[in-house]
Amino acid sequence: MSLFNVFDIAGSAVSAQSLRLNTTASNLANADSVAGDPDSVYRARQPVFQAMSLPDGRVGAGVRMLGVVESAAPPTVRHDPNHPMANADGEVFASNVDPVAELVNMISASRSYQTNIEVMNTSKTLLLRTLSLGQ
Amino acid sequence: MQADKLFGVHFLAAQLREHRAGVLAANIANADTPHYKARDVDFGAVLGQAAGRDLTLRTTHAAHVPLNASPGDARLQYRNPLQASLDGNTVDVHVEHAAFAENALQYQTSLQLLDARIKGVVKALTGD
Repeated sequence: MSLFNVFDIAGSAVSAQSLRLNTTASNLANADSVAGDPDSVYRARQPVFQAMSLPDGRVGAGVRMLGVVESAAPPTVRHDPNHPMANADGEVFASNVDPVAELVNMISASRSYQTNIEVMNTSKTLLLRTLSLGQ
Repeated sequence: MQADKLFGVHFLAAQLREHRAGVLAANIANADTPHYKARDVDFGAVLGQAAGRDLTLRTTHAAHVPLNASPGDARLQYRNPLQASLDGNTVDVHVEHAAFAENALQYQTSLQLLDARIKGVVKALTGD
């Protein structure tokens, strides 16, 4: 019954999108984090999606998370000798999070989440109608 | 009596609609997956094949493998993207959403026709 598969497919997408929302929330929360050296500063994180393949090798079931990658963009350097975390040269390093890009990401993730919920709702209606056949 | 003989083409159509719902749901689920290519089922061609109207492969040797047409074999075709995206993804969520809604409506139509057939058979059996 492939209408039940639809729940697995849409469910995988919903959990992938909610993880994307989680990384976005983490990025936005740490947008103003600073550190004394460029290696320990917070870097923007992005999830990587991959299409799941069916058992017979065809691509096209759900979606899965390959992992989370950190952005390679250089952190912002500020000259602020009075900052308690400033290094010997009086510099502090701020995270490389781009708040505008993160907000766009958030909107995209929430729209995708809604679309997949809609797909599940439609499938539920169809299954219920199938169950009531002949009644 | 076999189910497909009792219900005719509507049985096949409903099966194929279910299969297509899965394919379209996979497209929607992978709307943000890089390099994913959207696919769809050519409903008319597969239904014609499954109903045995055409495309049946003739076997002239015992070792030939007959082409058994069922909705599960439905050949998936890649969709031509309306707008290409930078990450190689060809899913256009609006197109897929519209196709999914259309498919759901047509599935409901198949169900309605099946329902009428079942009610007709029950009426014939009970005689009321």
